[in-house]
Amino acid sequence: MTRFIDLTLNGISTGAVYAVVALALVLTWRATRIVNFAQGGMLMITTFIASSVIGTSGSYWLGFAVALVCGLVLGAVVERALMRRVESGPPLNAVIVALGLLILLQALAGMIWGNTPRSFPPAFSIRGYDVGGTHVLFAPNDTFTVLVVIGVAAGLAALFRGTTIGLKMRAAAFQPEVARMLGVRVGRMFTLGWALAALVGSLAGLLVAPAVFVGPNQFDPILIFGFTAAVLGGLDSPVGAVVGGVALGLVLSYVSGYEGASLVTLAALVILIAVLMIRPGGLFSSTQERRV
Amino acid sequence: MNTVLARIQGSHNTLARSLGLVVFAGAVLFIASEALGAYNELQLANGAYYFAVLAGLTVLTGLSGQISLGHGALMAVGAYTVALLIGNEHWPLVPALLAAVALTTLVGIAVGAAATRLRGPYLAGATLAFAIGLPALADKYTGTFGGENGLVVNPPTPPSWLGANFPLERWEAWIAGLGALVVLFVMNNLVRSGVGRSFRAVRDDEIAASLCGLRVGRVQTLAFVLSAACAGLGGGLLTVVLQLASPGAFQLELSLSLLTAIVLGGLGSLLGAVWGAAVLVLLPSWTNDIAHSFSLSTGVSANMPLAIYGLVLITAMLVWPSGIQGGVRAVVSRVGKRRGPRAKGAAP
Repeated sequence: MTRFIDLTLNGISTGAVYAVVALALVLTWRATRIVNFAQGGMLMITTFIASSVIGTSGSYWLGFAVALVCGLVLGAVVERALMRRVESGPPLNAVIVALGLLILLQALAGMIWGNTPRSFPPAFSIRGYDVGGTHVLFAPNDTFTVLVVIGVAAGLAALFRGTTIGLKMRAAAFQPEVARMLGVRVGRMFTLGWALAALVGSLAGLLVAPAVFVGPNQFDPILIFGFTAAVLGGLDSPVGAVVGGVALGLVLSYVSGYEGASLVTLAALVILIAVLMIRPGGLFSSTQERRV
Repeated sequence: MNTVLARIQGSHNTLARSLGLVVFAGAVLFIASEALGAYNELQLANGAYYFAVLAGLTVLTGLSGQISLGHGALMAVGAYTVALLIGNEHWPLVPALLAAVALTTLVGIAVGAAATRLRGPYLAGATLAFAIGLPALADKYTGTFGGENGLVVNPPTPPSWLGANFPLERWEAWIAGLGALVVLFVMNNLVRSGVGRSFRAVRDDEIAASLCGLRVGRVQTLAFVLSAACAGLGGGLLTVVLQLASPGAFQLELSLSLLTAIVLGGLGSLLGAVWGAAVLVLLPSWTNDIAHSFSLSTGVSANMPLAIYGLVLITAMLVWPSGIQGGVRAVVSRVGKRRGPRAKGAAP
């Protein structure tokens, strides 16, 4: 029973990280209909920057803040400089550009910081809470992770539902032509969407770095499972991203706990196929209509 | 009557054109393999099995409009089938390759039937999960699949009538090249046939296609199965050429680079698949050479090939949005236009 509880708690905290990455992917998808495979590289770069800042200044929160700002800027720059040129083209070209950017960023990080993964400090203690004399697999840092996910999801919901800028972003994504006629600066909304997504992504990097270490390829599994979570929940739905992330985290935690870590990727395949066969647009797809 | 005649004539022409193309490509391959050294022959063999996979994938993605990030896993199915049949059961080469094609066809039916319900990124996600999920089986059943080390097979022996000193690499290049020619023949016929047209119809407008009496799901599954069979053949040839089937060769990177190659080469075109195969084979060795031609610190030069690869992908997509073949076509048509009026003027 304690094992089950431990696996559940572990699943929630890893799932929370998948949820943050999924949220970042959902944001770029909603803004520009591009699945941003470079997100894994972008959050890797910002986490490396945070690691350097923490190393020189000694302050965790300074590095944290710098990483978020860098994420915001990086997202905006990538959208303006690269993605703007392929947004209107064939969808696969954007995918290839994103993949190229991912490879380029990983190579650059290897050149600057080296290919050996380095440790990264957690925001709070990673020693599990003491419950009745035993340490459970859930630490103050995991509480922080879960709170961040809830905060980001709530913040995004408030932004999109409750503010003018959020409404403009939705309009620009939904009907660019009409939105432009109504005076929305569509291009700026796209840039803002990417900047926000990269900010959320950099948050994911900071949260997961203590567990996976910082290295050019250390975040690849997070990107893959984050994408799986986003597809699971439905790429248009932030709620779906959170539910998909946590659900995936739980299932993978049980599978690796009871059946062995080698079956984790196979389990991800099974759960994804099972869900998509019933709901081809993800759990929280709003329309059944097909885009042709 | 007229339409029937036109049809026969049309199909005859396509068949003849395909045969001519295959004979031409075969002659080029033959002359190339005679002229090249052992290293380049191996590259030729690598390019040939890549072409077999890419030809199927470019028809799937370019013609029927389905994205797949899982063809690396389908290659793995073919590769392991050949490795098991040749290594453990001592089957001859051709039946083993046919068995690999048959098995991947079956897997392709299952995956393709599931794929018809999915669109765009959802299909990408499902096939990506397939690409990372399937290699886990090699770990789980270590006894059968050899775990991390994979399965080693003996190299194919050139027949004795070719002479005692016939180089192994050339024989491998011939085997893989023959497989690629078969794929080229089948696919070149197919894309110009009714089947190819039905793929395009489904890609362009599913509703219109189904109103014309096409069964969209079946057409899409057929496209997936065909490309799976090509991937199985390519994977089987890979085992023959490399004499090894190991999980390390079929990671997600393989699937992603296959997709990259068809887009970079020119989506939906068999010539584009040739370009793509050339890119997959030549680019790594070129980027390595470039990286080592500068005197850089080890940390930088170790990452240089990747950086160049990433840059090439980005710039290629910005410069040639429709791939290398699209760029070539644009240049050819511009040259043709410039010549066109002059030629007309010269002949009064």
